[in-house]
Amino acid sequence: MKKLFALAVVICLLIAGCTDTKSRSTGVYMLLDTSGTYAVELKKAQKILNYLLGVLAPGDTLAVARIDTGSFSEKDIIAKVTFDERPSVANNQKRAFMQQVETFVTTVKGSPYTDISGGILQAIEYLNEAESGKKYILIFSDLKEELAKGYKRDIPFQLPDYNVIALNVTKLRGDNIDPKEYLARLEDWRGKVEKGGGDWGMINDLERLDNIFAN
Amino acid sequence: MTFANMLNITSNAALSVLIWIVLFLLALYFARRPFHKVIMSFSKIIRNALRLTAASVLSAEKRLVLRNREVLMAAGLENSERIVEREFDRISAAVTRDLDGYPNVHRQLSELIVKLDEDYNNSADVPPSLPNWMPIIESIAKIEHSGDSMVANMLAEINRSLTEQNKKAIEDYRNSTAARHGILNKMMPFWRKVERSLDGIANSITNIKKRAKTVDRCMNDYEKIRAGSDKAACALSTSALTQFAIAGLVLLIAIGGAVINFNLIALPMSEMVGGASYIGPFKTSDVAGLVIILVELTMGLFLMESLRITRLFPIIGAMDDKLRHRMIIITFTLLAILAGVESALAFMRDRIAHDMEVLRQTLAGAEQMGMTPSIIPTVGQMVLGFILPFALAFVAIPLEMFVTSSRTVLGAGAAWLLRMLAFLLRLLGNIGFYAGRFIVNVYDLAIFPAIWLEGIILASKGKKMALAEGEIPEEDSKLAEEAVDSYEETIQIKEHQE
Repeated sequence: MKKLFALAVVICLLIAGCTDTKSRSTGVYMLLDTSGTYAVELKKAQKILNYLLGVLAPGDTLAVARIDTGSFSEKDIIAKVTFDERPSVANNQKRAFMQQVETFVTTVKGSPYTDISGGILQAIEYLNEAESGKKYILIFSDLKEELAKGYKRDIPFQLPDYNVIALNVTKLRGDNIDPKEYLARLEDWRGKVEKGGGDWGMINDLERLDNIFAN
Repeated sequence: MTFANMLNITSNAALSVLIWIVLFLLALYFARRPFHKVIMSFSKIIRNALRLTAASVLSAEKRLVLRNREVLMAAGLENSERIVEREFDRISAAVTRDLDGYPNVHRQLSELIVKLDEDYNNSADVPPSLPNWMPIIESIAKIEHSGDSMVANMLAEINRSLTEQNKKAIEDYRNSTAARHGILNKMMPFWRKVERSLDGIANSITNIKKRAKTVDRCMNDYEKIRAGSDKAACALSTSALTQFAIAGLVLLIAIGGAVINFNLIALPMSEMVGGASYIGPFKTSDVAGLVIILVELTMGLFLMESLRITRLFPIIGAMDDKLRHRMIIITFTLLAILAGVESALAFMRDRIAHDMEVLRQTLAGAEQMGMTPSIIPTVGQMVLGFILPFALAFVAIPLEMFVTSSRTVLGAGAAWLLRMLAFLLRLLGNIGFYAGRFIVNVYDLAIFPAIWLEGIILASKGKKMALAEGEIPEEDSKLAEEAVDSYEETIQIKEHQE
């Protein structure tokens, strides 16, 4: 009997040893710029979210948050979900998530300032807690940061194992006059992300969304 | 000393070069014999080492061929024993069946014969004859009367009575004949029954005779294999190759079936064990699906073993019949349950796939079609899920064939590889030897002026000099002869191989 018990323990340990403890799930945190004129672009953001809902698998995490005057806050998270391991339950969660986003897009009000850094800090905090294997922060914005008076965002990002992807980075009027501004803005964000240990990417053509998970 | 300094040993650079060339040639000339010896002994070392290795490899190949033959013969013997055993089983079953029924047949035949005998006796009864007093009456009736009315009346009465008796006798005779014919008619079915019984016995005997002939043929094959004849070995080898090819093909088809089966159950398994956990690099749901298929295969294997169709596990075949029958029932039940589970999973898969499709359409913004999905694919998948486990159970048969024949095929392949290796080693040995000779000749070509001068000087002294080509030491020539493998040796090795 003791021998059988010992054998069972050994088998259990072997099985436990074989089980991969490394997380293979994907965590996506999408920041939506709701400032000024960019708010009208949110329909495109909804399409991107629908794409994400289609490709994310059971066990993955998805959260959507708005970028407003002060984005480093849980209150700015519009919807968040970690999909159940069972596909049927995950499908229902996706439907509910889609509904939440739909409600937000139809009722959103523009904000006067754009706190992208605060949103990224919030995303890092959220995805670290979710313990996803692959982490993606998607910024749906023109990347023009405008902080309200008194807000400080001079904290370096800690982005190891993160992929930060800017989506639909529209050109502002000033950018058309002087493209250097646009390029400088992009370079500035790239520098911040790569300095923090993350990978930077940009997708403007929404027909190429499959490139989001190319890495 | 730099190159410039070397050119400055005389005032004239060309002269310096010439002096250096002469010195160099002289050095090479004096080093010629040691160089030749070094090169030739080195090439001899290479050649002999490789030849030794080749001989060792050939010896291993010979042992392997012998072992292959032993294994092939053992497999052939086992197979023949199996066939003979099966034929004896059939004969035993036929004899048991026929002999079991023989007392009954014998009794039936005896009864039928008694009945036929009785009927025959009955049909042979003498027809009823006229009474004995009839001739007397007939004589009286023929007496002539003289007109006496009383006598005339009496005689007329006697005549009438006689005529009536005659008619009655004829009628009785006819009736009796008809009755006998009736009896004979009734005998026909009995005759037919007898014929059928005898035919059945004749068929049984013919069948046993056929079986006996088959057993004789199998026993002849068995004797040939036991005698270890080349013909039997060749036949068995060819048979093993054919079996290997056929079994391999069937196994490939079975693998295709298993892959389809896996795809049927992998997705719904994620609904049961979760779709986000992993065992190693593989999804737990995939592993679970694979395990189910492997368990089905194992059950199929045990079922075939219990039915004594395959013999991969002799312990199962050696079980007593009661235990074996229990095992058949258990494995078949488990297989049926697993088939049911798979069918349910196939149904679930269809539901999940449909749900996903609807979700995708919603996400893409497409309008939902009001059409209800057809039931045919669902039923098709369920039927497939139920049938495939039973179909996979039969994989045990080609698997056994593959395993048994692969030993022969792999053995033959290994022997061929060893032969090729031995050939390559011998080839390399010879190349090494002739490369040494080539280097020696190139060396001599480089210092040909010195050799030429040597020839002139020696000729002038009146001594016989061998040409440079002939200056290779005698042992070298012998060595060169030895480099070529002797024909006798090759033939000897080949004979051993065969």
